[in-house]
Amino acid sequence: MHEDYINIILADDDEDDRLFFSDAFDELKITTRVKTFNDGVYLMDYLNSEGTVLPNVLFLDLNMPRKSGLECLQEMKKNDKFKDIAIAIYSTSASEEDIEKTFVMGANIYIKKPNDFKTLKKVLEEVVTINWQYYTNGLNKDNFLLRL
Amino acid sequence: MKLHLKFDFNAICRKVLNEKLLEHNIKHKIVGFGEVKLLEKVSADRLERFSNDLTAYSIEIVENQKSILVQKIKDTITDMVFNNDTPTNLKASAYLSDTLGHSYGYLSNLFSEVTYTSIENFIILQKIEYTKQLIINENLNLTEIAFKLNYSSVAHLSTQFKNTTGITPSAFQRIITKRRELKSQTN
Repeated sequence: MHEDYINIILADDDEDDRLFFSDAFDELKITTRVKTFNDGVYLMDYLNSEGTVLPNVLFLDLNMPRKSGLECLQEMKKNDKFKDIAIAIYSTSASEEDIEKTFVMGANIYIKKPNDFKTLKKVLEEVVTINWQYYTNGLNKDNFLLRL
Repeated sequence: MKLHLKFDFNAICRKVLNEKLLEHNIKHKIVGFGEVKLLEKVSADRLERFSNDLTAYSIEIVENQKSILVQKIKDTITDMVFNNDTPTNLKASAYLSDTLGHSYGYLSNLFSEVTYTSIENFIILQKIEYTKQLIINENLNLTEIAFKLNYSSVAHLSTQFKNTTGITPSAFQRIITKRRELKSQTN
């Protein structure tokens, strides 16, 4: 009835982070397809090109060269095409100011990058599971805020 | 006179399925033997009617019996949370097994298997969603909401909100208000 897998995209300029991220998803129960990009320009080019399958959840690193996560978030919020994507900020910063600002700008999820792989897996699993609940139960996505 | 017939069972089943699906106006694609992909969201109600119709041909929907029951569990919970008329003295587990006619253990296992979450978590999620709505749309304060949703204390509701969403109810309210302001500015 629903798609059998969840489409995930991560934009992050750190290669290790991208690798850990993909590995963590490989080990989860829920089947996912993960795509990664090195920076915001590559990401937005991909999302804006025709025929692209939009992700269910998009993870954005805040500090990226060329185009930052915040700029991507702003751009996406201006375009109705992206309104069904759950946007997760995936950052090393845990400042209350950053967190509240990104939420106000329309992010749904804020994740402080965990230091170890086990926690990362747990956190990502929680994101995907809760997002799945929103997706399959028609919950109001405007009220979807999650901080981990 | 005698007729000798040759059957292509696969083709027959496909044809029956196709006709029935069309009759029920369900957009679909028959993927292979014994598998149909639905191309639209079909309500549990419609699926049940479709399923009943198929029994005349001894065709049984295997996987979806489970999905239908899971959907019923969800509907019952949502109704229980959002509709305050349901008996509040009953425990959720007792209410679910009474309403759906299965043991709670069975329902609980099935639910976890299909949805990746537990009934308990689903109830909490629904309650917190309702709390969000009440905060934003009806401007109720947490004390009023805790009472309405049968929480033993405001602190309990507040903690559950924080545990589920990672933010406090007041931060949630502040963010949504600011978000609306920002939106009205840009529009």
